[in-house]
Amino acid sequence: MNGLLILLIAIAAMGFSGVPACLLPARSATGQRIATALMAIGSVLGLAVVAAILAGHAAPSLNVMWGLPQSRFAVAVDPLSALFLLPVFIVPMLGSVYGLGYWKQSEHPANGCRVGLAYGLLAGAMALVVIARDGLLFLLAWEVMAIAAYFAAAAEDDKTEVRKAGWIYLIATHIGTLCLFAMFSCWRHATGSFLLETGHAFTAVMSSSVFVLALIGFGFKAGLMPLHVWLPGAHANAPSHVSAVMSGVMLKMGVYGIVRMTALLPVSELWWGTLVLAVGGITSVAGIAFAMGQRDLKRLLAYSSIENIGIIALGVGLALIGRSQGHAEWVLLGLGGALLHVWNHSLFKSLLFFNAGAIIHAAGTREIDRMGGLAKRLPRVMALFAVGAVAICALPPLNGFVSEWLLYLGLFRTVGLGAETGTPAGAFAAAALAMTGALAAACFVKVLGAVFLGAPRSEAGNHAHEPPATMLAPMAVLACGCAGLGLFPLAAAPLLESAVRTWSPQAAGAGTLAAVVPLERLTVAGLTLAVFAGAVTLILKMTLRQQTVRAGLTWDCGYARPTGRMQYTGSSLGDALVALTALLLWPRKFRTSLHGLFPRPSSFKSLVSDTVLDRLVMPVFHAVGQRLPRLRVLQQGQTHVYVLYILIAMIVLLVWCGMGS
Amino acid sequence: MTNLLNSILVIVLMLNLFALGTIRIVSVIRTVAIQGALLGLLPLLLHERFSPVIALTVVTSIALKGIAIPGMMIRALRDVKIKREVEPLIGLQTSVILGALGTVFALLFADRLPLAAHHTGALIVPAAIATVLVGFILLITRFKAISQVMGYLVLENGIFIFGMLLVEAMPFVVEMGVLLDLFVGIFVICIIVNQINQAFSSTDTRRLISLKE
Repeated sequence: MNGLLILLIAIAAMGFSGVPACLLPARSATGQRIATALMAIGSVLGLAVVAAILAGHAAPSLNVMWGLPQSRFAVAVDPLSALFLLPVFIVPMLGSVYGLGYWKQSEHPANGCRVGLAYGLLAGAMALVVIARDGLLFLLAWEVMAIAAYFAAAAEDDKTEVRKAGWIYLIATHIGTLCLFAMFSCWRHATGSFLLETGHAFTAVMSSSVFVLALIGFGFKAGLMPLHVWLPGAHANAPSHVSAVMSGVMLKMGVYGIVRMTALLPVSELWWGTLVLAVGGITSVAGIAFAMGQRDLKRLLAYSSIENIGIIALGVGLALIGRSQGHAEWVLLGLGGALLHVWNHSLFKSLLFFNAGAIIHAAGTREIDRMGGLAKRLPRVMALFAVGAVAICALPPLNGFVSEWLLYLGLFRTVGLGAETGTPAGAFAAAALAMTGALAAACFVKVLGAVFLGAPRSEAGNHAHEPPATMLAPMAVLACGCAGLGLFPLAAAPLLESAVRTWSPQAAGAGTLAAVVPLERLTVAGLTLAVFAGAVTLILKMTLRQQTVRAGLTWDCGYARPTGRMQYTGSSLGDALVALTALLLWPRKFRTSLHGLFPRPSSFKSLVSDTVLDRLVMPVFHAVGQRLPRLRVLQQGQTHVYVLYILIAMIVLLVWCGMGS
Repeated sequence: MTNLLNSILVIVLMLNLFALGTIRIVSVIRTVAIQGALLGLLPLLLHERFSPVIALTVVTSIALKGIAIPGMMIRALRDVKIKREVEPLIGLQTSVILGALGTVFALLFADRLPLAAHHTGALIVPAAIATVLVGFILLITRFKAISQVMGYLVLENGIFIFGMLLVEAMPFVVEMGVLLDLFVGIFVICIIVNQINQAFSSTDTRRLISLKE
């Protein structure tokens, strides 16, 4: 009880952290510092409670009336909640510190207060979502989260594209929330209350409909394909620290919803897991394929978030299959890997978005093909970006490798060795995961190469400078987190195991993670690799010091007057892979042809837009928009007619109720 | 006691029809004022014992509904200098007939409702439903903003009658809160009427259609 009180105070401190700034002058930096301090206080308090729960203190819960009919203020923290609370308390706080340097109040007097207010509300609401145990309370927190994210992301609402992205986000999130309304109604119909508790009996049809509605409703938030349409635009157009929180933490709320609802439902059917596995496979491969084709750095990162959500979905699908078939090890490896990937992604994707903010600030553009040569001017940013890129490509010794390794091991077991029965879906999923990993590596090679190597392609790149310490420090913390989780995964194992056991008690049959997979060997191997890499670097530096170094142009290529724009661009690097997946991406190319001996100036442009949004959703919406104006007849604009509608509705209801009685 | 109560409610019902049938706005305002004042007396009849709290409720609601609100309305009417006729959408006779039909419907309908035993004798429920319906008719068929406000007031009176069913259960604070809401609502509407008049040179709410998207 006491712990819960502290937790609620922490949530309130985070949620209302932006309020003091609104009362201060629009250009005053004090308000922003107060907001960051409040975020830090909330974060420390919250982390302390989570740590106490992890240390074995009883999981607190609270269930009181709070005046809303049919609803109770029911909150509780179990290992599953604690696991999702960690990123909620860490990333927004770091983002707030980052914001001190990135989104200075004095430089953004028009929207600074609004961003701060919405940012705090977003963080507080996410924490409340994770601990809510009542359907209505959950929906309230969910809606506050969605709206706060809208206001934080649409900070620069004077730009048309920001407004457009904001609209698409708002529509998508509300369609998702509608599905959640339907889901909680089904839940109440089946269980008799909105309280989210296990142990209810469900008919097969009812549990399946709750599951499908949860998958769609939460899938919109998580960004499962093809429900991801809002994601790239919203992430690309938001301020970078908001993108980091949205991608690193808010998408995980969708994952949390799916995991929580499947924990509450009795899972008996095989097709649930197969469906999630299929969606996860499509999402991960298509997500990274779209990322490959992007020219906008933040859109690329957003598509890579979709890919990572797909990987998490693969793990959840595997766990669902394991639960329906009674394989404890599949559950442990699948959900363990998925939950670890939730942490990992929140670490490295926030790191990459923070980096993207610094890079875009330095280069003055979001276009990858206009950057270049930043390694010499932003060496620290380059190093931190490299850490994030290596982690996201799931390369050892960083954290991305550990979670994907768990998933691989789990998926390999589904093939059915010896006498065990297998399931064919697992083999396809493993192949999809492998393809995703390869494409991710290619994608981040493209980004690193095009952004940091070579010579600057624009004038702004020549004058780029390192970001201030307030921006570098949060990135460093996140990079340390990536390395720490990658090198010492055993430290995370106990929480993962207890969270998996909360999800499905039968997973206890598989024992501990360390008993199933040799996690301690990862530590040895990772440390060896790190020492080896360090030694190679040292030797290279020593040899370089002994020899004379001659400075020359990069990409000289024998031309007399080379310019920065003659280099390979990111698009040309990715062209072959984009062509491979052309069926999915539908890339468009615009070029003028060359004629004669002295051709006119020519231009070339290639574009990869979102297939689902631009070829499916938008045409359907336009078609609907052309038909529906007929309904405008009902919208007269005359108050009398509106009152008449109310009267008609009232009389119909009266007659209906009268007939009923 | 029930006899007295029912007689008051019958007068209220007749005032409804009168409000529907009269052409002068000032008469409508006065009718509604009398109706409000009469309804203000109801708590006296319904409460078993007399207490200062009830006295306060009665005095406040009569003062507000019988004096203050009509006063404001008449002043607003004078300020905006409009023609003093109500300009209904359908003829006055038709609206009276509609109101009468609504009253009959309410009486028949209330019979079918599963009411508590001690509420069956009184006319409270049918009077409430009939008054709400008349309020709606006024709201729908009148074009001038001020006469629409009268519809709104009649509607509120209907809800007030319904609230009499809960008179033992409803705390004093709630009743006072409702009265305050009503007062503030009318106050704001009077200001808005003035603004509409300035912006559109008329208080005809049909002009508001130009605000449509």
